[in-house]
Order: sequence, then structure tokens, then C-alpha cells
Amino acid sequence: MSVVLVAAVAGLCISGIYLITARSLSRIVLGFSLLGHATVVALLAAGGPAGQSPLADQAPADELANPLPQALSLTAIVIAFGLTLFLLALARRQQQIEGDDLVEADLEERRLRARNRRQESGDRPKPISDRRRFNRRRGDDPARRDSQSNLTVVEADDEPGTTEASS
Amino acid sequence: MNAAIGLLIAGPLTAAALAFGCGRYQRIRDAIVLSTLAAATALSGWLLYEVERHGTQVVRVGDWNPELGIVLVADLFALLVLTVALATILVVEIFAWGQRHTAWEANPTLAGPLMLVLTGGVSLAFLTGDLFTLFVAFELILVSSYVLLTHQGRRGQIRSGMTYVAINLFASSLFLVGVAFVYAAAGTVNMALLAERIPLLPSSVQWGIGLWFLVVFGTKAAIFPLFSWLPDSYPTAPTTITAVFAGLLTKVGVYTLIRFHTLMDFSALKPVMLAAAGATMLVGVVGALAQNDMKRILSFHIVSQIGYMVMGLALFTTAGLTGAVLFLVHHIPTKTVLFLVGGLVEQTAGTSDLDKVGGLAARKPFLALLFAIPAMSLAGLPPFSGFVAKLAVIDAGIADGSAAVVVVALLVSILTLLSMVKIWLGVFWGAEHQPEPAENTPASDQPERLYRRRHLTVIATTMAVAGTLAVAFYAGGIWDLSERAAIALLDADVYRQEVLG
Repeated sequence: MSVVLVAAVAGLCISGIYLITARSLSRIVLGFSLLGHATVVALLAAGGPAGQSPLADQAPADELANPLPQALSLTAIVIAFGLTLFLLALARRQQQIEGDDLVEADLEERRLRARNRRQESGDRPKPISDRRRFNRRRGDDPARRDSQSNLTVVEADDEPGTTEASS
Repeated sequence: MNAAIGLLIAGPLTAAALAFGCGRYQRIRDAIVLSTLAAATALSGWLLYEVERHGTQVVRVGDWNPELGIVLVADLFALLVLTVALATILVVEIFAWGQRHTAWEANPTLAGPLMLVLTGGVSLAFLTGDLFTLFVAFELILVSSYVLLTHQGRRGQIRSGMTYVAINLFASSLFLVGVAFVYAAAGTVNMALLAERIPLLPSSVQWGIGLWFLVVFGTKAAIFPLFSWLPDSYPTAPTTITAVFAGLLTKVGVYTLIRFHTLMDFSALKPVMLAAAGATMLVGVVGALAQNDMKRILSFHIVSQIGYMVMGLALFTTAGLTGAVLFLVHHIPTKTVLFLVGGLVEQTAGTSDLDKVGGLAARKPFLALLFAIPAMSLAGLPPFSGFVAKLAVIDAGIADGSAAVVVVALLVSILTLLSMVKIWLGVFWGAEHQPEPAENTPASDQPERLYRRRHLTVIATTMAVAGTLAVAFYAGGIWDLSERAAIALLDADVYRQEVLG
């Protein structure tokens, strides 16, 4: 197994995983593409030494490359391709809803954040009428959100269980 | 019989294509979806009967040598779990049929056909005999689950769907790299040949492969500490979709974990797996106690219950595996039916938030009964199926002398009961809250037909409850089957001879 191939797998994996840890979905998509390449190269490296293209009667059998990992790689490439498209569609939808493609904090994280804030300010717990208040921390232009909402059918409060954040 | 095995995979996928093509013809699509699922369930049941009498059936697709080609292996374990799984999907689709034209339904033009794709993927995952086809089956299941989870494009769904997709995609990439490792080490991806070759590898390589696939399948199965995606994403989807996910998806992970780790004899991983099992049980149930929404409580319980199955597997004894198989058979219908009841509560009260619902027992006593039976089963009270399954796992743990994990399992049982009581108190007892009909009444101009249809959801749930009771009623027979499956699982030679001939 060639050291270059192994190094390529390692490099692709490292950059891929680094990108996946980002908050923006478009970076995550790129990260998964790199990771997909890494797996394909890993499969090829697993197939043993390089050789002639594995077609019958083109070369002596012991000079042919191993065809099985190539078949596996092809399947993996097709799947990765489809999933990249799906991720892009997801990013597009997030952009329609939120105006950006950032992955949001999950429910527990937001609850904890809200509780910490209450404890810091020493307030008694009170119902949080607008969950957007703690949902997003960065600068947020309501006018832009509204114009976005008009474009698409957005159901603001369709999440089960968000309302008990106050309890 | 060989054709029947292939048909279990090809049938649902072909029907999915047909159902996609139906466009606006709702009734034809419903007919295709329901009849395919019914036929697949019947076929799988028949195959189970045949395999039980005549032994494992192996199909070499395209008559290729097992070293190169795909093999499908229909053994007792696969068919037992598959039959339960298919019957569960069928019941959920009947429920979905009852929910047509209501505010809670999934988009039927997508959900029905995609459920068939998922069914085909589940069949393939259970029946396949090689690692790469297993990867493809996982992708089939996951891709349809990604779309099912996010197809309505609502805010919460997109938010949690992103995490779900990203984590599962990452696990799939790890899976593929793992396949490359295994191929580099053993020169094949056929599981029967791997069972021959992996024990000959240096023990460090064996450990590496075992741990790697523990992480891969553990992410799909949501074992600690790889479970965080589950409780956040499942509750956001419509009931019918969550119910299938809850009953099936993680269990496919558990199934493959059991299959792979027994076949390759990774019993050296026992301490790691027992620790993971204990932590999974405990963290799941404690997470459930902190929740205040019926669907979220139930989602955390999926995690907790996975721990019991992993515990049964991690013992690597016949008794432990019998328990794990029994637990799978008990858990798939029970969990699904609890989510269906959650859907009925939503239909009746408009929400599944414990603070906003109450007093349903007085208004809908039958619904309360439908919840009480599977809830007690989940907590492991006799005489329900959960008791039998838990007894099997815990008994195996005691026999093995793994005291710590047994204590954890018993403690978690009590906590499970506690959180079921919490749902009971929140939803069925107490003061009745006024439902808010203004927002959530289904928009339809055919109230009467709708009412008749809504009976169907109750009927489907009742069927599923009856199914869980049947598991308890025939526990003796299912125990015997599970034990035979467990013995076959632990003896890799049997599997090897059956597949390689």
C-alpha cells in the first residue's frame, strides 16, 4: 500500500472533519465531499498495488488491478453525490427560513442558556413568549426575517416542547 | 424460496417507484403502499416458518462466488426480527391512512413511497451477507429517513434534521473507511469469509476493527455517548414517521452490531460494551426524566432501552443473546405503539406537551388503556412482553456474574416506570385542559368521512397493542426461537458452512 495514498487519506480526513465542525452548512457540505474522497481513496488503497485496467484478455491476470474496490468506490461515489445534493437542498431551505445556513443550537442547549441567563440576572423564571430571543444570539434584523418569511410558508412554532423552556 | 427472499428486497423498492408515479391518485398509492407492506409481512412470516423447519436459506445473487458477489442469508435471527419490523411498518401505515387530510399527517405523496424505500432497505440490511451491501442498505434506510424527517420543511425539522443528517453521514463515512480497513486486512467483505479470516489477524488489528465498527453501528443504534442526535430529531417529525423511526432505525443498528460482533467473535470487547450498555441505559432514562413532552420522553427511552439490548449482546453468552433477540422483538412493536398513542393524544388534545394536556383518562378511557399496556410493558412489569425480555437479559447478567450492570439495569427499570407514571399523571390524570381547537382542527370539508377515518387510527393502535400482547402471550415460543437464533449466532462455524456451502 502506497504511503502517498495513506497520506492523502489522512489529509483529506483531517480537512474534511475540520470543515464538518464548522457551523455553516455550506462548509459542512464541503467537508463531507472531502471525507467522501478520503473514503474512496482508502478503498482504492485497500485494493492492493496498482495495475492494468481490469478488463478481460487485455493483460495477464497477475498484472491487473483489483476490480472489486473499484466497484465499491463507484457505488460510494454515487451515494456521496446524492447526499451532497440533499445537504445543499437542506442548506437552501435553512437559508429560506433563517436567512443564513448556520446550524442552530438544539433545544437542550437553548434551555440551558436561558436558565443561565435567568440565574445571572437573578430574575424569577417567567414565560418566554418569543423563543427567538434566546434562540439566536448574533445580530438579527427582524425586518429581514419578515421579508424572508413572506417568501415561504414558515410555521414559527411547530416544534413540540419548545414552550416548556420556561418551566 | 430463493425468489421470495429476493422479492422481500426488490418488491418494496419496485412498489416505491410505482407509488411515486401515482402523482395525485391518492387511493391507488394507498392501495399500493398498504398491499405491498401486507404482502411483504406475509412473505416474511412464511419464510420464517420455512426456515424454522428447513434451516437457513442462502441466495447467491447472480450465482457469483461468495468472495466476489452478493449473498443474501435468510436465517432465523434475520427473519424473526424482519417479520416483526414489517408488521410494525404495516400497522403504522394503516395509522397514516387514518390520518389522511388532517393537520398531523405527513405529506402522503412522499411519505408512503419513501416508507417503502425504507422497508426495502430494512429487508436488505437484515438479509445481506456482506459488509458492503450492508453499507448500501444503511444508505437506503438513511436517505429515506433524511427525507422523511425533513420533507415538510418546517423550522424545527430543518434545524434538527441538519444534526441528524450530519451525524449519520459522518457515521456512514466511518463505515466505508471501516470497510476499506477490513478489505485491506482480510481481502474480502463477505461476512462468512470474514468470520474465517478475522480471528487469524493479529489481536491489535482485531481490536481496531471491533472498536471501529462498535462506533459505526453504535452511532446508528444511539448507544452512549453517540446518542445525542436522537432525542432532538425524532420528535419533530409527524407521528407516523417518528413511530417507524423509533421502532426500527436504531434497532437496525443493534441488529447489525449483534450480527457483526458475534460472527467475528469480538468477545474481547466485553468490558467496553458492558460499560457502554450501562451508561446508555442510565443516561437515556435520566434524560427522559428531565423532559416535559410526551414524544421527547419516549425518544429518550429509546436510548435507554438500547442499553438493555447491548447489554445482552455484550455478555456474549447464549442466555445474553437470547435476551437481546427477545428484547428486539419486544421493543420494536412496543416503542412504535407508544408513539402512535402519542399521536392519538395529539389528535385529541392538540399537543403532546404534558403541561397542556390533562384528564384524558376521564374523557378517553380507551386511549388511556392503549397507553397503559405498552407503558407497563416498557417498564418491564409482568405479565407483559417487556417483563419477559428484561428478565431474560438480567437473568443472563446474573448468570454471568456482571453484578454492576445488572444493578444499573434494575435501577433503570424503576426510573422507566417513574417516567411512564409522569406521562400518565401529565396526560391522563389531573384537571382537564381545554383543547385549543382553533389552530389544530384539521382543515377539511368532509368532517363525517374524516371522523370515520380517524377511527382507523385507533384501530391501528389497538392492533399494535394486541401485537405487543401477543408477544407476551407467545413468549414461550418466541423465547425458544430466540434461543435457537442465539445459539446459531454464537457458533460462527454454522453460519460459515451455510453460506459457503
